[in-house]
Amino acid sequence: MAGSAGARLGVGERRSVNAVMGVVAWLIAVLFFFPVFWMILSSFKEEQDANTSPKLFFSPTLDRYSDVTESTTGLLSFREAFFNSFWVVMVSTVVVLLLAIPAAYALAIRPVPKWRDVLFFFISTKFLPVVASILPLWILARDFDLLNTRLVLMILYTGMNLPLAVWMLRSFFREIPRELIEAAEIDGAGLRGQLASVILPIAVPGIAATALLCVIFAWNEYFYAVQLNPADGSTIPIWVTTNISTRGDFLAKLSAASVLASVPVVLAGWLAQKRMIRGLAMGAIK
Amino acid sequence: MQVDTVQQEPGAAPAGASRRDELHRPWRRRFPLLPALVFTVLLTQIPFLMNIWYSLTDWTIVPPAPRTFIGLDNYGDLPDDQFFRDAAWVTVVMTVTAVIASLVLGTLLALLLDRKFFGQGVARTLLITPFLIMPVVAGLVWKNQMFSGLYGVVNWVTARLGMDSIEFVSRYPLASIVVVLVWQWTPFMMLIMLAGLQSQPAEVLEAAKVDGASAVGTFRQLTLPHLRPYMELGTLLGTIYLIQVFDHVAVMTGGGPDSTNIPYFVYQRSIGGGWEFGKASAYSIVVVVASIVVATVALRVLSRLLQGEEIA
Repeated sequence: MAGSAGARLGVGERRSVNAVMGVVAWLIAVLFFFPVFWMILSSFKEEQDANTSPKLFFSPTLDRYSDVTESTTGLLSFREAFFNSFWVVMVSTVVVLLLAIPAAYALAIRPVPKWRDVLFFFISTKFLPVVASILPLWILARDFDLLNTRLVLMILYTGMNLPLAVWMLRSFFREIPRELIEAAEIDGAGLRGQLASVILPIAVPGIAATALLCVIFAWNEYFYAVQLNPADGSTIPIWVTTNISTRGDFLAKLSAASVLASVPVVLAGWLAQKRMIRGLAMGAIK
Repeated sequence: MQVDTVQQEPGAAPAGASRRDELHRPWRRRFPLLPALVFTVLLTQIPFLMNIWYSLTDWTIVPPAPRTFIGLDNYGDLPDDQFFRDAAWVTVVMTVTAVIASLVLGTLLALLLDRKFFGQGVARTLLITPFLIMPVVAGLVWKNQMFSGLYGVVNWVTARLGMDSIEFVSRYPLASIVVVLVWQWTPFMMLIMLAGLQSQPAEVLEAAKVDGASAVGTFRQLTLPHLRPYMELGTLLGTIYLIQVFDHVAVMTGGGPDSTNIPYFVYQRSIGGGWEFGKASAYSIVVVVASIVVATVALRVLSRLLQGEEIA
């Protein structure tokens, strides 16, 4: 263990140092989680309980959840937004992996000449401010009749996550022992064979970590969605903001919407956290 | 995918064709890269070129006026634009403080979590949650329920300490946004640093302990150098994403002299109501060039992330 208190302390002392550190870690963890906890709490409140000086005790209700999931004709409903988000996120993440895995192979295992420049190019595309590309993208989307479609978001989210995926997967692939790949090659395995028999099985934690990051960024993306697809074909982040009303109190309602919007990605992140750390440790940097 | 079929049978070529094989080898190597590369080039470079063209024109949509080519005039106006200078400064402050604060906090938290204690897994789960929250949601929760002068929890706490109620977001817009950014990005940095700590070879640490190295000495001489590339990775990824912050500004302050960063500024000047597309494009080109220069220096000169032995 990296931070263990050192050889000079006795076992008992080390244990008590660990206990103190544990308490500190817990305090900070509770502090970090508090805003999320408060949001969940507010989502079970009546509006008058949410829009007042902070209240810990109140009679909880599920009414805000039924308020926000109720669909009104002409407005983006939760169901629609959820399915739009689901498809956009899934398709873009799968396409990212299909493109990034062979690319990472060509950058790590059989590196192309000037692979460093190629990698740098991928990363450098992330420096074009999203807002700066929005105008040409809007014009292109309009000309190709893609405004207000899921397809335009699928394409853009693929582009948005691809550089990160290439970068991460390349590092994971470099961790794979070369002898294994050479052995597979001698057995006559081509790219697909090498991927299936050697590379993918070893790199699974890394690929999972990469896919999870792509899902998080795509699910949470707001700007492209609001500019290119603001109407009824839109995604969850847009739906959340439709619950802000200019008249009357809305904090409890907005909290319920926020909880619903966050649940899928938060659950996925919680379940995958260990795998994600292992994935990053596998060599996100080598 | 046709890429696969091309690569499928390297052993299929007759032995005598090795010269031809050599000739084709670079292309063979490039094939798996092409789909991703072509996709990225089309999707990013076409808009970029269009943007360069826009930046050379005088193009205002409201009120509608014909687009005219004006060369570099938009760029010439740039240094005198006080609003642009403000936005550039806000971007630098926002990015640098948020990256450094979340990196430092994330590292400390990773060190705390990298030891056994009661409920370690649950504490880690609570800590990573802010990173998973949608930026729009994070901004709204902090603005309305933490920082609000009327109903905010932060003000409730400061009131117990005898302080006056403050509408944080309007009084300290930049600091408020940075707090939310640090809240969201500290967990990400923590994950990367935890990965770094866990990839440290146990034998080396054990050996140091056997040799009687102190905890501080071990940390400074073994752990820190080992963590350095992970810190670089965290800084790189954090910078890329934090330089682009838009959602938090949009939902928390909607701009303003102390919180409009470059992305929000470009938005305001173009589709967000300014409609001066020529000028907005010029500003964004400057930002891209500046970021690429900074990234080149950081990645190619200072960092070892892009180094490592060349595999032939």
